[in-house]
Amino acid sequence: MRSYRIPQRELLSGGHLACPGCGAAVGMRLALKALGEKTILVIPACCWSIIPGPFPNSAFEVPVYHTAFETGGSAAAGISVALEVLGDRETTVVTWAGDGGTFDIGIQALSGAAERNDNFIYICNDNEAYMNTGIQRSSATPYGAWTTTTPAKTPKDRPKKNMLEIMADHRIPYVASVTIAYPEDMIRKITKAKEIRGTKFIHLLSPCPAGWRIPSEEVVHVSRLAVQARVFPLLEIEDGERYTLNMHPDPVPVREYLELQGRFSHLTDEEIEKIQNNVDREWRRLLKRTEFSSAFFHAEQR
Amino acid sequence: MRRVITGNEAVAQGVRLSRVKVISAYPITPQTTIVEGLSEMCGDGRLEARFLKVESEHSAMASAIASCATGARSFTATSANGLALMHEMLHWAAGARIPVVMVNVNRAIGTGWNIWTDQTDSLSQRDTGWIQLYCEHNQEVVDTIPQAFRIAETVKLPVMVVLDAFVLSHTAEPTEIPDIAQIDEFLPPFRGEFTLTERSHQSFNAIVPPEYYMEFRYKMQRAMEDAKGVTKEADEEYERLLGRGYGVMEKYNWDGAETVLVSSGAVTSTCRFVVDELNKRGMRVGLLKMKMFRPFPAEEIREVLGGRRKVAVLDRAISFGHSGIFAQEIRAAFCNEDERPVVFGFVTGLGGRDVTPEFIERAIGFTLENDHPGEDVIWVGLKG
Repeated sequence: MRSYRIPQRELLSGGHLACPGCGAAVGMRLALKALGEKTILVIPACCWSIIPGPFPNSAFEVPVYHTAFETGGSAAAGISVALEVLGDRETTVVTWAGDGGTFDIGIQALSGAAERNDNFIYICNDNEAYMNTGIQRSSATPYGAWTTTTPAKTPKDRPKKNMLEIMADHRIPYVASVTIAYPEDMIRKITKAKEIRGTKFIHLLSPCPAGWRIPSEEVVHVSRLAVQARVFPLLEIEDGERYTLNMHPDPVPVREYLELQGRFSHLTDEEIEKIQNNVDREWRRLLKRTEFSSAFFHAEQR
Repeated sequence: MRRVITGNEAVAQGVRLSRVKVISAYPITPQTTIVEGLSEMCGDGRLEARFLKVESEHSAMASAIASCATGARSFTATSANGLALMHEMLHWAAGARIPVVMVNVNRAIGTGWNIWTDQTDSLSQRDTGWIQLYCEHNQEVVDTIPQAFRIAETVKLPVMVVLDAFVLSHTAEPTEIPDIAQIDEFLPPFRGEFTLTERSHQSFNAIVPPEYYMEFRYKMQRAMEDAKGVTKEADEEYERLLGRGYGVMEKYNWDGAETVLVSSGAVTSTCRFVVDELNKRGMRVGLLKMKMFRPFPAEEIREVLGGRRKVAVLDRAISFGHSGIFAQEIRAAFCNEDERPVVFGFVTGLGGRDVTPEFIERAIGFTLENDHPGEDVIWVGLKG
């Protein structure tokens, strides 16, 4: 992988209220480094309604617009068109929303904005459950996971919604997945998104020590394992059809990823095998799509 | 320029004259011809604005609030169930002190599905912190929209301009469309005191803990109280510049009337006719048209209705388990007064049922014949 210099300027100050080891705090810090100070942050209800601090404090060195839970897409659209009519072409509008605000309650407004191709970046900080309200399942919660509303005896029995594909199917110009374990990759993708007009969707897997039942020092490690076990592939999809698989790791068994996390501690060997099979199947599906995409574009170019 | 236009065309003209920069809206009958008209105006350049064609009313309000917070004058329009879907964001607009202006074309709330006029949709949003102004005719509609922006931007609270489904929205009337230069004189360009475009570390709509929250709410209430005076000033200034004024309420056929009929919206025109007829027959009955519902002009109500013997309130809305909403508020305005009129609360015309002169006459007749209403709700025009 090519390496990129990470900008030195800090736009998230110390003294914020994130939990120790919060993956999202590292994610936000890196994202803001890529975005720079000409940014307006839009934050629908999520952990980040709390983390920057209550009135009259703010841990951000950029303007931030907190908004209602289901309005990450619509509020960003409003700000984006207002900037346009006011003649501001430099400022980047960035929604930072949780998985609940993206996969569940906010999907309508996000889909509307993406269909119109309104000009903003939408970063989904996916910690795979409603962590801010105390670890309740969302449609981003993976199969087999414990949450307070999917207790260990009846864990989540449905797979995670494939939000990246849903967004790509809106034919928006840019969709990408990132983790904090690969900061150069994350910064490159956000920088790229910044240069593109239209709706850009960035999916950030964001381990939550409290909700995933992992030690706070394991956040980066777990993020890396998610990629290496092919649970969370790093990829880019342009205009809904050009697939780029950024990493093709030698697979680490999914068991290694799951066993680090208390939220999966109730799983039997059979269930772990089932999850492994699902991960393998999804990976093959992704490879097919990537191969098809490259063959298709090769043919189109000829 | 004098033209024959519908209420919804009057809305679009008012929006054009106010030089709105961002429109965010979702279609709903009977509001649709507003968004159609504005789409055409944006398309042919008569209005230099961006029109966000959002996927729901909730998004319409969320986008309009956000664009206004960015510093662009913003507008939306809706009706009934669309307004109900916005409810969360109505509170948000007021709490964020955003001067967005919305037109609500009064329509009955479903279910039962009904697209006709009824004020329950807007009146049931009374506690959201929105200023509410009700219009009687299309001329008042076109004149009220620039006033609404001026009021909103002065007190930093959102304003809802309300007109009746079909009776106004789809009915063409001769209407004087002001010259935009006159409106420019009346309504200065929007300059938000705090906007997202300032390069600062400002945080909008952050968590407000108990140690501050009440003060925020206190300031909203003070702004609402100020809105009454600001509305009167705006109306007087508008009248000075354009020759038409409406006040927060209007007294009609007033002198010597011991009994007063109270109404709002388009039905007021029918009430004028009925009151005129009754006076010709020697019955002294006055009419009070309520334009402003929020802030509620309680002091003005006490001033003009105090000393009258009976007040008949015509409500085209109901608060279930209580009574007509204007009637409630008028009764409450007098509760601490030693001398107060007897208030007769009539509920009529729900879901677009025609409020005929005969219905109005029946309500007045009942009021004149009885010393006491007997009940808090007197239904007029009910079948069976």
